[in-house]
Amino acid sequence: MASKVFVYVDHFNGQILPASLEAIGAAKTAALALGSSLTALVLGEQTQSLAAQAIQHGADDAWVAEDAKLKDFRPEAYASVVAKALQEAAPEVFMLPTTARTRELAAMVAVDLSTGVAPDVVAFEIKDGKLLATRPVYGGKIFAKVVISQALPQIVLIRSRVFPGPEADPAKSGPVKKIEAAVGEVKSEVLGYKPSDGGVSLTDAAVIVSGGRGVSNNPSLTPPAEITDEREKEIWRAQQGFQLLRELAAALGGAVGASRAAVDAGYVPYAFQVGQTGKVVSPDLYIACGVSGAIQHLAGMRTSKTIVAINKDAEAPIFKLARFGIVGDLYEVLPALTKELRARLGK
Amino acid sequence: MNIVVCVKQTPDTAATVTVQDGKVSWGDSPLVINPWDEFAVEQALRTKEAHGGKVTALSLGPESAKEALKHALAMGCDEAVLVSDPGITAPDSLVVSAVLAAAIAKIGEVDLVFFGRQAVDSDTGITGAQVARRLGWPSLSLVAAVTALDAAAKSISVARMLDEGRQEVKAPLPAVVSVVKEICEPRYPSFMGIRKASKAPLPVWSLADIGISAPPQSALTWPEVFAPPKIETRCEVVEGDSPAAKAAALAARLIEEKVI
Repeated sequence: MASKVFVYVDHFNGQILPASLEAIGAAKTAALALGSSLTALVLGEQTQSLAAQAIQHGADDAWVAEDAKLKDFRPEAYASVVAKALQEAAPEVFMLPTTARTRELAAMVAVDLSTGVAPDVVAFEIKDGKLLATRPVYGGKIFAKVVISQALPQIVLIRSRVFPGPEADPAKSGPVKKIEAAVGEVKSEVLGYKPSDGGVSLTDAAVIVSGGRGVSNNPSLTPPAEITDEREKEIWRAQQGFQLLRELAAALGGAVGASRAAVDAGYVPYAFQVGQTGKVVSPDLYIACGVSGAIQHLAGMRTSKTIVAINKDAEAPIFKLARFGIVGDLYEVLPALTKELRARLGK
Repeated sequence: MNIVVCVKQTPDTAATVTVQDGKVSWGDSPLVINPWDEFAVEQALRTKEAHGGKVTALSLGPESAKEALKHALAMGCDEAVLVSDPGITAPDSLVVSAVLAAAIAKIGEVDLVFFGRQAVDSDTGITGAQVARRLGWPSLSLVAAVTALDAAAKSISVARMLDEGRQEVKAPLPAVVSVVKEICEPRYPSFMGIRKASKAPLPVWSLADIGISAPPQSALTWPEVFAPPKIETRCEVVEGDSPAAKAAALAARLIEEKVI
């Protein structure tokens, strides 16, 4: 008999994502509560090692679809294969990690199967055989318990870095079933790919060093003579200043983020923005430098496990959320902190 | 180009949102056009300005949602349509996408549909992809730039902002595009635009008008809403005689507490 719980394994560049492992762990919990086994669903050009890893991390078996047409993730192709597999297996729960790819995939599968989708889920319980999921709404200002009651499967996307990723058992194996890759007509074509700077994705990062408007108060640098406009000078100084954040992030193996104020002022691109209208993150450590702590920014990082605030203004709202604070000029504190951490961490 | 831009009316992101009597409340804060949708409207207008055609703003919601549509008209949209029907209560994205897809089909001969990446109230970010699926069109989500648009050959190329970087994708038209903030800077409604918007006809379509006989049912419900758990923190301000001393003290505390 097929499992009542299926979990989707998202991968990139042939690597299983940490978020996928977390989803496998969460799905295993759901499967145990429903008295069921757990099946991993893996699509791609080469899926064998990914399926084996999913099983080592807690899935009981795996269904795989392999096809050259599945080499690039294209939502319409992946959705057709996933919807067909779910129709055949008729699970009660379909769990996925929340990524850019899976959000679109789940959306389309839900249309095909006329069911509901709960993205960004941070907690769930199984009650009378139904899954009751908790997710932040209104930019995290409110939590909603949601239930998908009208149709199956209940599609649940769990948020990254909320559920623990299970340890691998290298000795564990399980059956892998090949399923038909009924891709159908695919209209879109992936032309190319450019990885983001720094290599650490904000949503996966365990440490984030974030800069706000305060980064513009760079005391030491003189912009090149060809920059005459005052605003351009400010942007130039802040952009140089972000280098200090990059160095601290590198010492901690983390990523660099920014507040909306810093992005709107043109210091760094939008891809860096953390907050209600940027990325929502929950790293182990979030170091906010020159960030005052507007409500929209707090919405995007308040679930960070430890927050450190470095700000000249002792009254900045960010200190209300922080576990540790330094009242001081980030341009004095950050180089000292980077040096100190490099020495202590042996880097 | 026949362009549709879908907009939603939401509370402002600066609103203090609370739970009162088991319901979400934003007090006296104004309802506005969903902030993401302003970028979608701007991109729709720029596409029209570059390639000709018209832009229709489309919304599903109560009568009050006309205000979000008027904002889109004031920015420069040519037409606006509200779908409103007493049969639609507490719609989930499955219902919203069914209604929007039917309305887009009624508008007819549409080349491009723009969405903001998500609505700042329900925060799901899936409606655009669901509309694309229903229409059988390509879905291009999280678009940070339209890199090429060939109206004659009916094709579009975009840069999408994924978690790991930027992906270039090409697709035939018609297509559904959801945009992120990086794509453009929304213009402010002009005084003339606001005057024009206040006088513009704003048709309201019922479900019957768009060919839906029975109100679609939500698959998903919110049986409970509540304030997020309070974060119990007292900030430990690390002291020291110099920035270096403060930095050293902080590093020591982070290591002591096993944060790093």
